[in-house]
Amino acid sequence: MRKICLSPKARQASISWAFLLPNLIGVLCFTLLPMIRVLVSSLQSAVGGKWVGLRNYVNVWSNSAFQLALSNTVRFVVVCIPILLVLSLAIAVALHSLARTEYLTSAYLMPMAIPAASVVLVWKALFHENGLINALLTDLGLESVNWMNSGAAFWMLVISYLWKNLGYTMILWMAGLGAIPRNVYEAAQVDGATGWQTFRYVTAPNLRPTAYTITVLSLLNAFKVFREAWLVAGDYPHESMYLLQHLYNNWFRELDFDKISAASVMTSAVVFVLIGFLRRAWDQEV
Amino acid sequence: MGRVTRTLVYALLVGMAAVICFPVLFAVTGALSSQWELEEKLLPIFTYAEDMADWTLLPLAPTLRSLVEVLLDSPGFFTMFWNSVKISAGILAGQLVVDVPAAWALAKFPVRGKGKLLTLYILLMLMPFQVLMYPQYLVLRDLELLDTLGAVILPGIFSTFPVFLLHRFFQAIPKELLEAARLDGAGEVRIFCQIGIPLGTPGIVAVMILSFLDSWNMIEQPMTFLKSKELWPLSLFLPSIGLEDVGMGFAAALLMLIPALLLFLFCQDDLKQGIALSGGKD
Repeated sequence: MRKICLSPKARQASISWAFLLPNLIGVLCFTLLPMIRVLVSSLQSAVGGKWVGLRNYVNVWSNSAFQLALSNTVRFVVVCIPILLVLSLAIAVALHSLARTEYLTSAYLMPMAIPAASVVLVWKALFHENGLINALLTDLGLESVNWMNSGAAFWMLVISYLWKNLGYTMILWMAGLGAIPRNVYEAAQVDGATGWQTFRYVTAPNLRPTAYTITVLSLLNAFKVFREAWLVAGDYPHESMYLLQHLYNNWFRELDFDKISAASVMTSAVVFVLIGFLRRAWDQEV
Repeated sequence: MGRVTRTLVYALLVGMAAVICFPVLFAVTGALSSQWELEEKLLPIFTYAEDMADWTLLPLAPTLRSLVEVLLDSPGFFTMFWNSVKISAGILAGQLVVDVPAAWALAKFPVRGKGKLLTLYILLMLMPFQVLMYPQYLVLRDLELLDTLGAVILPGIFSTFPVFLLHRFFQAIPKELLEAARLDGAGEVRIFCQIGIPLGTPGIVAVMILSFLDSWNMIEQPMTFLKSKELWPLSLFLPSIGLEDVGMGFAAALLMLIPALLLFLFCQDDLKQGIALSGGKD
């Protein structure tokens, strides 16, 4: 038998590709190439495939449902992310400074493991007009809230998002906190810093790179809140919680492929920019 | 912190944790209550009456009736549970076979253009499903996979998040160990099997948990790519249960919750480690 002789370098390269290719081919077939194809088709009309330049994009931009969904999505992100970041950081710092908190940490993380579909009945019972949250509010002598059919629907979405993501974000913060060397704190203590001063001048600066990463990851996770929204309120919820995700789904179902391809491309462009920030954050961290 | 503040902070944290865990307890209580008891408590929700719904932390008369009914008397439930299992198992198995070696190559082999490839994987992993929906629909249509479980499983296998996270775990394995093995004449495949996989097991476990939670919870993909109801996973079936079958709804929800919750309770440390790593630096 003739032995196949490859230089060590070529051998290494062929082994590398053998490890990598099965995955890479799948990624190319199911994600990357289709995305490129949609980029091209966003410049054509879905029927007939004539080149139409940016017409699909103009149509999407001037679509009133798109404007509503976009402004809701932006509003959701602008309201949610700061609340999520501050709240999860506060909990992470508190947990970090206490002993024996494994069980508490797990309790905060648990919603992440809960399938959205299996709490949909709970959500409906909690947020119904005659539901349990309103029962609690009236017992406390407060006005009850029409969660499903008023602007309050937006806040139901915010609560769902916080419930689901608080633990995850908190763990990310705790990893950042754990990476700050102990002796920095000891030095601060020797200098007689108060708790707030220690946070302001030691913890916060050291957490900056982590903060950046967490912000971008939270932004991107914000897209997943659609599940809860859709499960509770269906395809056409109250207009205050009509998100881009609802719109894209509805366009897809109505076979409005002109619009959906242009909208997909625009959304990926936004994600590209966000990732740009994320990479910069990671590079600075080294 | 003084003793008093410490206790206050602790109490506050426990209180918030209780609020966060409440929906889960609610789901369990609901599943162990009878249809009659649920109707009694939640009646104002069905009838839009003036008074408010009511709830107790534990069922007044706990019963396994609804659970038994779902398990024994609804063949539809079994089909969908089984579909969920098939989807999750398919995705996990595929990821083990395809993603683990790819992550190893990205972490340990001198592949040209590795940095760019990693950036690409991160980009793709962060794309929301709504962006991929139409592109994937087109491929699946061309491959005639629409309306088969493959339409959900195949794109799931090639999601890039597992590769990215595994690559981070593998990177932590010291280079010297591999160099020593190479000097002893071990081949690359053997090094991967005898050093990479055993030392990377915590990472592989963390990634598999995250993948399971993700695929078990999948809603958008099956909703978009599966037309026939007999292929639907549980996650699509549960929302269609109305309040008139509330007992069965809670029971089915609990049965869907149990695998995810058990996995979480037994593997929470691996999970925490995996999450911590997903936010760290390269």
